[in-house]
Amino acid sequence: MKTVVTCEVNGEPREALADSRETLLEVLRDRLGLTGTKEGCGNGNCGACTVLMNGDPVCACLVLAGEAEGCRITTIEGVATGNTLHPVQAALITHGGTQCGFCTPGIVLSAVALLERTPHPDEHAIRHAIAGNICRCTGYDKIVEAIAAVAAGKVTP
Amino acid sequence: MQELHYERPTDVADAVALLARDGARALAGGTDLIPQLREGRRAANCIVDLKHVPELNEITRTSNGGWRIGGAVSIAKLGAHAEFAAEHAALLASARLIGSLQIQSRATLAGNLCNAAPSADAVPLLVAMGAIVEIASADGACSRTGALSIANGPGRTSLAPGDLVTALLLPAVEPRTAARYLRFTPRREMDIAIAGSGVVLKLGDDGVIQNADIVLASVAPVPVRAKNAEMLLIRQKPSAQLFSAAGAAAAAQARPISDTRGSADYRRELVAVLTRRALADCARQLGVSLS
Repeated sequence: MKTVVTCEVNGEPREALADSRETLLEVLRDRLGLTGTKEGCGNGNCGACTVLMNGDPVCACLVLAGEAEGCRITTIEGVATGNTLHPVQAALITHGGTQCGFCTPGIVLSAVALLERTPHPDEHAIRHAIAGNICRCTGYDKIVEAIAAVAAGKVTP
Repeated sequence: MQELHYERPTDVADAVALLARDGARALAGGTDLIPQLREGRRAANCIVDLKHVPELNEITRTSNGGWRIGGAVSIAKLGAHAEFAAEHAALLASARLIGSLQIQSRATLAGNLCNAAPSADAVPLLVAMGAIVEIASADGACSRTGALSIANGPGRTSLAPGDLVTALLLPAVEPRTAARYLRFTPRREMDIAIAGSGVVLKLGDDGVIQNADIVLASVAPVPVRAKNAEMLLIRQKPSAQLFSAAGAAAAAQARPISDTRGSADYRRELVAVLTRRALADCARQLGVSLS
């Protein structure tokens, strides 16, 4: 069954024709061409497909296309302002918090969601916020340092 | 995955009518259902999304001082309810063990119960607290049952086709009562319990245990009420020795299997330790120092 999904993606109204079996992840990547959101495990364990849905971090692979109808979605493509990186993105670069980069979009969205709610998280809160984002390269320390630097106001984009 | 119709009802009557159709399944958070459909572990031809039924999305205080948690309320939404969170810190802490924050943005307590995984982390305290499950049926009836009677095997429930869990009803918290769920996982986050124990302890004015409810996770096909341990505790004065004996009694009631996550013996040992520690934590919350 085909269904038309209308939602706001990165501040723009978007419409996509999707099969009702498809997930939000497939709509974003295959229908809208927003390939910054990655598919890792496809079952909600790795967090590579993390996007914000009405401001909440979700795994896009666990959301059916129809569920996204009328929702506000933020993907990695919508995090920077023009050519100016979001402070979380800038900090991941300066702190070496990204290596292969596959987990990075999801990590950025989880960190953005954390800092929206808790502007000054402690290390435990930072680690908890990215616990659903698996990174197999960095060992996490540099990611945690990067997010802490943003929280401490030490990063200028 | 087979052809799928996606339905988005806006009231309970429409939702149960859709759910009564052959091959229909309710979707609340979808965090279990969607991977199960994709991996062929469950089949459905119609998905009934419950998130747009207003009464399933409410958290309300009941007339008897308890809470009514709508069947589609996410764990994140429950945690953001300051009054509920303050009153039910232990239950919320157990729900916050489920998956990641991404999962908790979507997942629901009713879903944790109805997915019927033996390892469901929120279920032991729901049962121990005496949560009542409110069910709407296709014939228009509304019934209530205890949380322990929902799961009747791994991934299987006693719900009939067309049955919809509209809410979980929590009774008012009684004075001098404390709750705690403890589980063991090899990893600190994003893991499935090898064993878990949920405890609700109530003291009388004389400092003697008036009531104890102990429910175990991951050590049987369904959550297990450790009745022998509960009996051992009632009318006794809290002590380290008593709690050790209760832990051993709880372990004796576990019916675990050996699998990749742990052996049956290991799980029994974990039940003894987790139950003892959960009881001791309840006593500490109630200001009792153990002799």
